[in-house]
Amino acid sequence: MTDKSVSLPDERKGGSFLKNNLRNYGMLLSLFAIMLFFEIMTDGTLMQPLNLTNLVLQNSYIVIMALGMLLVIVTGHIDLSVGSVSGFVGAVAAVLMVHYHVDFPLAVIACLIVGAAIGAAQGYWVAYFGIPSFIVTLAGMLVFKGLALAVLQGQSVGPFPPTFQKLSSGFIAEVFPGIGTLHPTSLSIGIVLALALVYASAKGRAREQSHGIEAEPYALFFAKSVALSCVVLYFTYLIASYRGFPNVLVIMAALIALYGFVTRRTVIGRQIYAVGGNAKAAKLSGIKTERLTFFTFVNMGVLAALAGLVFAARLNTATPKAGTGFELDVIAACFIGGASAYGGVGRVGGAVVGAMIMGVMNNGMSILGIGIDYQQVIKGLVLLGAVCFDVYNQRR
Amino acid sequence: MTAMLEMRAVSKDFAGVRALRDVNFTVTAGEIHALVGENGAGKSTLMKVLSGVYPAGHYEGTIIFDSEERRFRDINDSERLGIIIIHQELALIPLLSIAENIFLAHPPSRLGVIDRHTVYRRTRELLAQVGLRESPDTLITDLGVGKQQLVEIAKALSKRVRLLILDEPTASLNEADSAALLDRLVAFREQGIASILISHKLNEVAKVADRITVLRDGRTVDSIDCRTEKVEEDRIIRSMVDRDLAHRFPERQAGIGNPVLEVEDWSVRHPLHPERQAIKNVDFVVRSGEVVGIAGLMGAGRTEFAMSLFGRAWGAGINGRIRLDGRDVHLTSVPAAIDAGLAYVTEDRKQLGLILSDDIRKNITLASLGRVSSRGVIDDFRELKAASEYRTRMRIRSQDVYQEAGQLSGGNQQKVVLSKWLMTDPKVLILDEPTRGIDVGAKYEIYSIINGLAEAGKGVVVISSEMAELIGICDRIYVMNDGAFVGEFAGSEATQEKIMRAIMHNQRLAKAHGKEKRVGEMQS
Repeated sequence: MTDKSVSLPDERKGGSFLKNNLRNYGMLLSLFAIMLFFEIMTDGTLMQPLNLTNLVLQNSYIVIMALGMLLVIVTGHIDLSVGSVSGFVGAVAAVLMVHYHVDFPLAVIACLIVGAAIGAAQGYWVAYFGIPSFIVTLAGMLVFKGLALAVLQGQSVGPFPPTFQKLSSGFIAEVFPGIGTLHPTSLSIGIVLALALVYASAKGRAREQSHGIEAEPYALFFAKSVALSCVVLYFTYLIASYRGFPNVLVIMAALIALYGFVTRRTVIGRQIYAVGGNAKAAKLSGIKTERLTFFTFVNMGVLAALAGLVFAARLNTATPKAGTGFELDVIAACFIGGASAYGGVGRVGGAVVGAMIMGVMNNGMSILGIGIDYQQVIKGLVLLGAVCFDVYNQRR
Repeated sequence: MTAMLEMRAVSKDFAGVRALRDVNFTVTAGEIHALVGENGAGKSTLMKVLSGVYPAGHYEGTIIFDSEERRFRDINDSERLGIIIIHQELALIPLLSIAENIFLAHPPSRLGVIDRHTVYRRTRELLAQVGLRESPDTLITDLGVGKQQLVEIAKALSKRVRLLILDEPTASLNEADSAALLDRLVAFREQGIASILISHKLNEVAKVADRITVLRDGRTVDSIDCRTEKVEEDRIIRSMVDRDLAHRFPERQAGIGNPVLEVEDWSVRHPLHPERQAIKNVDFVVRSGEVVGIAGLMGAGRTEFAMSLFGRAWGAGINGRIRLDGRDVHLTSVPAAIDAGLAYVTEDRKQLGLILSDDIRKNITLASLGRVSSRGVIDDFRELKAASEYRTRMRIRSQDVYQEAGQLSGGNQQKVVLSKWLMTDPKVLILDEPTRGIDVGAKYEIYSIINGLAEAGKGVVVISSEMAELIGICDRIYVMNDGAFVGEFAGSEATQEKIMRAIMHNQRLAKAHGKEKRVGEMQS
């Protein structure tokens, strides 16, 4: 059959490239719009170095869990137990370190293993028995909330040893002490990071072109690079003028980079998306769908445990109420970030931006003195709006 | 005879692409009008204009029904006049009964309470009309596709249908069910109900149609009145593809070598009903360079047999031996089967073959990610290169390899699935209904691909419900019935009659055997 009957355009234009990636840019733009809005409404309080640092600390555990939740959602499942699990692990950490005086590194490792075991226990039923994850993790939510209470015997346990507190409230060590009020180590890391990002994307673009792949238009690439490095530098400047990069920011950044890489570039990442896109087809293509589903839950358990540790370290005490309602923020972050409730679709970057949108809104509204009642109303509407926007976009 | 429906100069654009250009189409009362054309020729678009899926104002041209111009705002407007469309994907609710499905939207009721007595009586009448002997209480999920199709028609009849539109009604039916369905259309014709039949199966069209309209690239290119002219399949095919198809099946040089796949004494139990033996001690051989067909009716166990071979993807209690290239292999999982050199192209492209939300590239490399990655990291460029090569080689018509698989036509989707499996470099490919729902031009291309594989020394197994297709492309044909092979023919000797006779003979034997057994049990 000849090809003349088809007249599809073979090259795409810059405009269509922008359109195809609108969703990703759109997310970032709405984050900026929201930040700008609160920056103006709060007379500049939002972006003050102290507040910005707090913003990072307050949202770190949500971002960490959103990374795991994204994978769970991409495989077409959900995990409602993450809040309870993080609370439970925080309780275990407190009991180990405060009551039994276990070393900080040993206790952390033990807690991460506990998280993995919890994830495995839940993932087992979901992956190998086909029990809906909604039910398994709803059960888990109750079980671990109860266990946290039992472990703590209904009381708050603390304070933690100072080394453990550093996990959340510490800042990276200053190598060049005593030069002005800016923290030069953090500042230089920021500058190197900005340069590295621009270099990496320029190199990727050149590589794409050398292979004859459609790269994003030059103007767009240039604008993006300038904007990106400006944002990184400005953010670094603000953070460096308070106390430098918090430890937890470093952990968070490393995890984001790792999960971004795994989801976009690795075989296992690709297979996770395939399972969520069409589990039966994936299975018949030789993908071990059950095992992958199982591991996304194990992974979620580990990250929930890490988040629990970060949260406990931040409060410097483990309380029976810790973790309550976290799962909602985490799940909302993923969906605001463009993940599909049907599985197979979602990006790490999206989930992180989604978490930051939630975080900025929480923070901004608190500064403005909006009560917790209307904060929830507004957050709910934003979630609904973001998902509606997505569905509308896909229908077109 | 006066026209019941007249569509005049209908045109429709999709974002600058002309889907229909000045199409004229008429249906007179009580005729079966077949609408044929390749996928993408505009058949479905035309029917969506007619049924109001694309409301008035979204197309150019006029629709005249019962000598009055109609402007349908939605599908309810056209249904009110008795224009009822039955889509290829059936719209029945699996866990509701036949009666509940038929009267889903407007059940006869008193004061909002459903009148069950009337529902049952009417359902029985309708089922009798379509010739379906089932209780109104039977759940849809317990019916085969053929019977579900009849329920859809009964549902249409419940709405006082005057013009029935059937989009590929027989695509997933076996020959017996297809024949029964076509008989219904003929019976409706007697009652004055007109039908528009969209079909790729030209032999069916030739059998029942009063008129045939051929669409190509959104235009009417031919119109045949079967009552005055002789129907020649070749003429239809020529107008459909704008090309002389001297042979519907491409030629191939047979170069048959040693056995690549040998299956001995293979038996499989049904996974949900372990007492049921689904595959009964089957022997099966494929040689390199050979195209082997498996014929049979729906439910004969062909798909189950193929999937049980493919790393035990179906079935329980599997027994028997598989030899690949003369070596015994134990394929206990799909990855093991793929590694050993087996590929299985599923019957159901959309549900089991493709990830529709992913692009062509990701679909093609899915089963062989190891070939485009190192240490678990995918090399984007190697992947892109491999996918692009297959896109060119298999002539997948798309913008580029980044187009979503869900947006492609059936033929191109099938080529994507085939690419996926070719990329695993298999020794034996099992193709389950490879041309179902694919237009004639794309079918020819698929046959050429099959020939190319055989010429490259691979063993190819084709499962198909179209006997003409198997006879046209296979070197050897197995006939399966009730989980066992009941006949084996060389491709050159096989005829449709011989294959059907093998099946029917076996069914009679089974019945007679069953009776004897029952008698025996009673005596003991």
